[in-house]
Amino acid sequence: MRHILSVLIENEAGALSRVTGLFSARGYNIDSLTVQTTEDPTMSRMTIVTHGSEDVIEQITKQLNKLIEVVKVIDLNEADHIERELMLIKVRATGKDRDEMKRMADIFRGRIIDVTEKSYTIELTGPGEKLDAFIKALDQAAILETVRTGASGIGRGERILKL
Amino acid sequence: MEISGAEILARCLAEENVEFVFGYPGGAVLEIYDAIFKQNKFKHVLVRHEQAAVHAADAYSRSSEKIGVALVTSGPGATNAITGIATAFMDSIPMVVISGQVGTPMIGSDAFQEVDMVGCSRPVVKHNFLVKDVKDLAATVKKAFHIATTGRPGPVVIDVPKDVTQAKAVFDYPKSVSIRSYNPPVKGHPGQIKKAATLLEQAKRPFIYVGGGAILGNAAAEVTELVRMLNVPCTNTLMGLGAYPGSDPLFVGMLGMHGTYEANMAMQYADTIIAIGARFDDRVISSPAHFASQAKKIVQIDIDPSSIAKRVKVDVPIVGDVKDVLKDLIAILKEANIRPSEKALNAWWDQINDWRKPNSLWYAQDDEIIQPQFVMQKLFEVTGGNAIITSDVGQHQMFTAQYYQFNRPRQWINSGGLGTMGFGLPAAMGAQLANPYADVACITGDGSIQMNIQELSTCKQYHTPVKIINLNNGYLGMVRQWQEFFYGTRYSESYVDALPDFVKLAEAYGHVGMQITKPADVEPALREAFAMKERLVFMDFLTNPKANVFPMIQNGKGLNQMDLPPHMQNMQLTPFENNRDYGNLC
Repeated sequence: MRHILSVLIENEAGALSRVTGLFSARGYNIDSLTVQTTEDPTMSRMTIVTHGSEDVIEQITKQLNKLIEVVKVIDLNEADHIERELMLIKVRATGKDRDEMKRMADIFRGRIIDVTEKSYTIELTGPGEKLDAFIKALDQAAILETVRTGASGIGRGERILKL
Repeated sequence: MEISGAEILARCLAEENVEFVFGYPGGAVLEIYDAIFKQNKFKHVLVRHEQAAVHAADAYSRSSEKIGVALVTSGPGATNAITGIATAFMDSIPMVVISGQVGTPMIGSDAFQEVDMVGCSRPVVKHNFLVKDVKDLAATVKKAFHIATTGRPGPVVIDVPKDVTQAKAVFDYPKSVSIRSYNPPVKGHPGQIKKAATLLEQAKRPFIYVGGGAILGNAAAEVTELVRMLNVPCTNTLMGLGAYPGSDPLFVGMLGMHGTYEANMAMQYADTIIAIGARFDDRVISSPAHFASQAKKIVQIDIDPSSIAKRVKVDVPIVGDVKDVLKDLIAILKEANIRPSEKALNAWWDQINDWRKPNSLWYAQDDEIIQPQFVMQKLFEVTGGNAIITSDVGQHQMFTAQYYQFNRPRQWINSGGLGTMGFGLPAAMGAQLANPYADVACITGDGSIQMNIQELSTCKQYHTPVKIINLNNGYLGMVRQWQEFFYGTRYSESYVDALPDFVKLAEAYGHVGMQITKPADVEPALREAFAMKERLVFMDFLTNPKANVFPMIQNGKGLNQMDLPPHMQNMQLTPFENNRDYGNLC
């Protein structure tokens, strides 16, 4: 099953490689990983999307907690949460496709952030499935390039991950 | 006053009351060696290979309650240390390893003798540091010692670039450490401990399973009190030997792949298992599928939450320091006068004693060929069971575990987790330095000893009078045994057909060498060797080349599916009898 883990970690050199090293050494999967410092510059927050049985996820959580730099780990799946991912997608936009691309971007609430004679670059945020759906909805031949960040997640309502 | 980074490092080690540093000099650590030369707070032990430095520091730590320290240079010095670090990591041994590094401006330039030590060692350390600023050095060392010794112990590496050892700063050693993200638990959850007590009260066939964590947590006294108070059968893992006295009648022997028949059967058919500092390792429980097939309740006490329920389902997990948890558990049991039902326990002991009768460690003695088991039994007698025993890895290691009865903790020193050949001799050096008045014996084989035999030279330099017991069978014995069991007796590269003359070799290094070929000479030779208090004696025992370790459990089989020694193979063995009068069962 897919899980989304939020990890608060000391903002220190090498901390990220300890986390990724743990996953590769123990044969766990990382589907996506995002990381940036928090409002407290001494601390970073990671969102790790992974999958595995309940036992595997329990081990991953325990092993992460064992790392000296890890301050706190929560599994966002355990309660309501919000996920967002950012995609930048460059599409061919010529002739009658040009209007069609603009319409598609509007429908998905994307924003065209770069325009050339032949292409649009569209910024799209949302849960991963929405971005997948957008890609699917396009004429595949029109897609020139995509880049996605992987999910960032946060608990809904009062649920807060903080020291 | 400002002093150099190297001097700061030396002062830090003195502050930590370090007695010995095991190491090998090189370009990147010359500054540190110069600082060591100028002080007299601790001694440096010059090994002949960095791997040996780390093993020696490791055994120094295992055989005492102190912490081992090793010092190696950058590049090859650091990579040579990795096997030793991994060995300590797998067995959770507290240790600090200081490695030299090229100067900070050169890091990343593929400089001479540069290797990314933080990266190389990351998978095999509890934590590691690269010190980039001399101002951080003292605090880093303090943190390293704190992390290595608290919680689940383990090795910590400090990588120190050469320019940091040369730069100057004011020495200010922190009094205490606080790391916000590191707060290892100590006290077990009281509710969980109560649950464990309740399970013990309800148990019909209780079994206490004790691992290396009980030794690392200095909880042997509590383990012994608990077992005796309840009158419950007890087993130790390979790493746990000595946590409960091996000569005691409540002790049913080691369990696992080469455990006794009674220990493995008891583990398989117990209805309540109390696991103390033991992690249900694959060499212990074999196949989780077979293991969990019996109806049983498991209590697991461990300081590391990730060790709990990693391989088998656990009903009552207790995270905490084993010593503290056991004290709390014993207090509850005493207060409420909780004991397992005596009637059930008697039936359970009857069952276990039936399993004991065939004596799974019996072997056929021989007048012509020395049986390796016999050497171990005689060693136990000659040393009065008091020696500190280090071992290498292989058949000799298992024979030692089976036939030497370890009656106290920190007496048995072996590479259990990683299974490192070459561990024994440097470990014996480290243990002898930590325990200068003890008899220290290194049990090894003709394969293992040659992996770090150069340390005979170090033993000469530092007058460590260890007794080397080489069970020489001309084979990589355990490899040969597996080739017989699983590979149609095709002895692929397990025959060592160019063995040195070990007696001459020992003499070449300035030691005493002996070769023993007859069973009748075993005991006199051992007596003679152990009487030479000041000398290292290399005892080359030519043993039965065909001897195998029994019982044995093949991979994937259950604990009740042992390959038994020849004398038991045609015996009518008592099966597990569920209808014995245990009272209301399961």
